[in-house]
Amino acid sequence: MKPAAFDYYRPTTRREAIEQLVERGEDARIIAGGQSLMAVLNMRLSQPRVLIDISGVDELRYIERRDGYLAVGAATTQAELAEYAALADEVPLLAQMLPWIGHFQTRNRGTVCGSIAHADPSAELPLCLATLGGEVVLETKRGKPRRVTGDDFFQGILTTARRPHELITEVRFPLSKAGHRYRFQEVAMRHGDFAIVALAVDIGETEYHLGVGGVADRPVVRRIPRDVDLDDALNTLAWSLEAQDDIHASATYRRHLVREMGRRLMTEEIVQEETADVRPAR
Amino acid sequence: MYVRLDERYRVTLTLNGRERSAYAEPRTQLCDFLRHSLGATGTHVGCEHGVCGACTVMVDGRATRSCLMLAVQVEGRRVETIESLAKEGELNDLQRAFREHHALQCGFCTAGILMSCHEFLGRVTDPSEAEVRDMLSGHLCRCTGYTGIVQAVLAVARARQNNRQETP
Repeated sequence: MKPAAFDYYRPTTRREAIEQLVERGEDARIIAGGQSLMAVLNMRLSQPRVLIDISGVDELRYIERRDGYLAVGAATTQAELAEYAALADEVPLLAQMLPWIGHFQTRNRGTVCGSIAHADPSAELPLCLATLGGEVVLETKRGKPRRVTGDDFFQGILTTARRPHELITEVRFPLSKAGHRYRFQEVAMRHGDFAIVALAVDIGETEYHLGVGGVADRPVVRRIPRDVDLDDALNTLAWSLEAQDDIHASATYRRHLVREMGRRLMTEEIVQEETADVRPAR
Repeated sequence: MYVRLDERYRVTLTLNGRERSAYAEPRTQLCDFLRHSLGATGTHVGCEHGVCGACTVMVDGRATRSCLMLAVQVEGRRVETIESLAKEGELNDLQRAFREHHALQCGFCTAGILMSCHEFLGRVTDPSEAEVRDMLSGHLCRCTGYTGIVQAVLAVARARQNNRQETP
């Protein structure tokens, strides 16, 4: 299908983008890479009055190490982040996860912040942000930028804590901690499709942070001490997610994946062999 | 740049090495603009929501779904479509390999697949079969299947490697 008619605005500065957004409020939608929003517009599931295209705002195109975080600007594409040479050292979970986001043809245009703004419950980047305890930076015309943690930001299917007059200008992923290990794994119908279940884990010295995507209405993160019975903890987690049956998988199968993949990922039976022949970031 | 919904904006771009321009409404998708306004009908339009990959073109050297991009977004950019591959009526090595390896039947998906393969082989000179299959996962072919396509891409990669070795 074709999108309903809208005005198109392409600002060149962050200030211009925010001013237009404040003026138009809920009539406006921000487009960056458009790899989720264009499909939504084509199917007329959203019919904004004005589209504000921030892909030409150069000051929002950056990847910077700052205050213990890797900060990614709102115009930066997933492909640009995958090509950032220090990624595997600085945020290894992101480096492992990026090849699983859509396909290289969509990563070429899709942005990191855009995927987080879209908040699809089975998307990989929201899961990564929530698991690592990252932050979303929101800016409007007045006042200091608002920083919201991944936990608070995702509120349900395609629903976030962003207010109508706020622009997501940046997301920040905590840099890897010494002695921690990070693992990611997902099951989908076809590589690059939406996850049936995606799991991300930050393995610390005393506890795991396990994130689950694709099951609940948002990414769910649990802290699991390393000295508890892992099978019990995973079973409790699997049931707490209130998995639903759909055309892709039954609720039973989703719970099975959470328990089985979770155990293998956390006990590191899954290392990188399974994806070793698909070299990341190419 | 602000274009009202009922206005038409004159988009100027470099299409397959030539500067071209035509008018587009804000909501016009790049794929329709290429086909209807610029006459580049080699690009095919399939699902219109980014799943099938038939409409893949290159924008500034990167394979991109042209149904997930607006015509106004390519202002000042470089776009390459399937029409750019053959030179002076001669199919290029990738296109010939598709024919040799029976990598197409109806051909509807082929234009998009070739553009993805074109970018991929420019970046990855010695791909494994798994990498080729991963690259193809962004495309749907409903008649040939993928075996012939994988063989064609691997054959081109090998042939290009050999050519490089013969002419240092």
